[in-house]
Amino acid sequence: MRSVLAQAWAIAAKDLLLEFRSRTAFLSALVFTALVLAIFNFARDPTAVSAVDLAPGILWITFSFAGMLGLNRAFGLERENHALDGLLLSPASRTALYLGKVVANLVFVGAVEAIALPLFALFFNVPLLPVLLPLVLVIALATVGFVSVGTLMSSMAVNTRFAELMLPVLMLPFLVTPIIAAVQVTARILAQRPFAELASWLKLLAAYDLTFVVLCTLIFEFTLEE
Amino acid sequence: MTAIPPAERALKRSGFWMAIALVLMVGVYVRALAFTPEEATQGLAQKIFYIHAPSAWVAFLAFGIVGVCSAIFLFMKDPRLDLLAASSAEVGTVFTTVVLVTGPIWGKTIWGTWWTWDARLTLTLFLWFIYLAYLVLRTAVEEPGRRARYSAVLGILGALLVPFIHLSVYWFRTLHPMPVVLRPGKPELPGTMLLTLLGSFTIFTIFFLALLARRYAWARLVDARAQSEAERADASR
Repeated sequence: MRSVLAQAWAIAAKDLLLEFRSRTAFLSALVFTALVLAIFNFARDPTAVSAVDLAPGILWITFSFAGMLGLNRAFGLERENHALDGLLLSPASRTALYLGKVVANLVFVGAVEAIALPLFALFFNVPLLPVLLPLVLVIALATVGFVSVGTLMSSMAVNTRFAELMLPVLMLPFLVTPIIAAVQVTARILAQRPFAELASWLKLLAAYDLTFVVLCTLIFEFTLEE
Repeated sequence: MTAIPPAERALKRSGFWMAIALVLMVGVYVRALAFTPEEATQGLAQKIFYIHAPSAWVAFLAFGIVGVCSAIFLFMKDPRLDLLAASSAEVGTVFTTVVLVTGPIWGKTIWGTWWTWDARLTLTLFLWFIYLAYLVLRTAVEEPGRRARYSAVLGILGALLVPFIHLSVYWFRTLHPMPVVLRPGKPELPGTMLLTLLGSFTIFTIFFLALLARRYAWARLVDARAQSEAERADASR
């Protein structure tokens, strides 16, 4: 168990180091996020719909699109020069490979979210500081869910025709539950509703995370060549 | 050529079952239209129920088969299970489409709108999207072994996703008619209507199984032909 975690960490560290050196994917994901947030402002009639009413939906559409960009990168990276074969030949187990990729993706998406969140507060005039802690909790729960499924999907999508288009087609149905739950919870948090009103949505998110993290870890090896 | 190859025999046999299922289907419609009373408030519109509800049952049954076949495939690696899952997905997509077409026709008369984001409607829509993703994935992978593994992975994940989507869209909101047959207590449906409905469920299931058998036999045949062609190409080399 310990060695699996160590291997997973080594793989995640390799991915993050690569990303840190070039920063291309990160910067483009960031610019993309800022652009989506800015453009969304014009998707509403400011005299009819207040920004706060639309804010939770905008936040989660932005996050999930940005997340999808990051997920495409995870295994696209390994396609060049058949780098994936090298990883598979290394003593690292396939579980470690999956967990490593999930961790790297979580850091990537998490970093984009961490910068996008203040920008979102600024653009949509949402006071975040008083509700920061519960908000971060929801973001973490929903992100773990869609990143764990998305990492598995991206390892398949990169080997298909039209890989960039295939990932969203495979992924978006799996985003329904995290997005609905996250939007509902975010809206209630922003309205400072009592915790009891969020509890069942949070439980649903946690159950989703648990189911798909375990299942994806178990069946990830089938997406690789024997 | 002396004996008929087994794949072609299976195709013939499935054709026989299809014919029986089609005759039974005609029986359902005759009974639903001519020998079942009209519903008091919904009138003629309610007749679509005898297509809509059984199609919905079959749509979910078909995805259940996709999920189960996918799970067993990953352990046994039997390519026949992959073909069966793919056939079930294809037939299931057709029935899901029937649900999504008949639903709005009924909804326009009764709810007054073609579309609403009601929970069960949304669930069916997303079931349809998962089916489409599954079928699209199959066309996007060339190599048969990889295609089988990938689709099995998606089949399992999709089958597990359905209850999650159900729960989340249900909590979001619902205005669908509440269950009238499968619910605690006695079914809230007059005897003749119940009989027609149960009959249509049974016959739709038979119809689905016949279609599935036919699609599967066809897939086997295409597979066998491709294999024998490959062998012939090898022999002539």
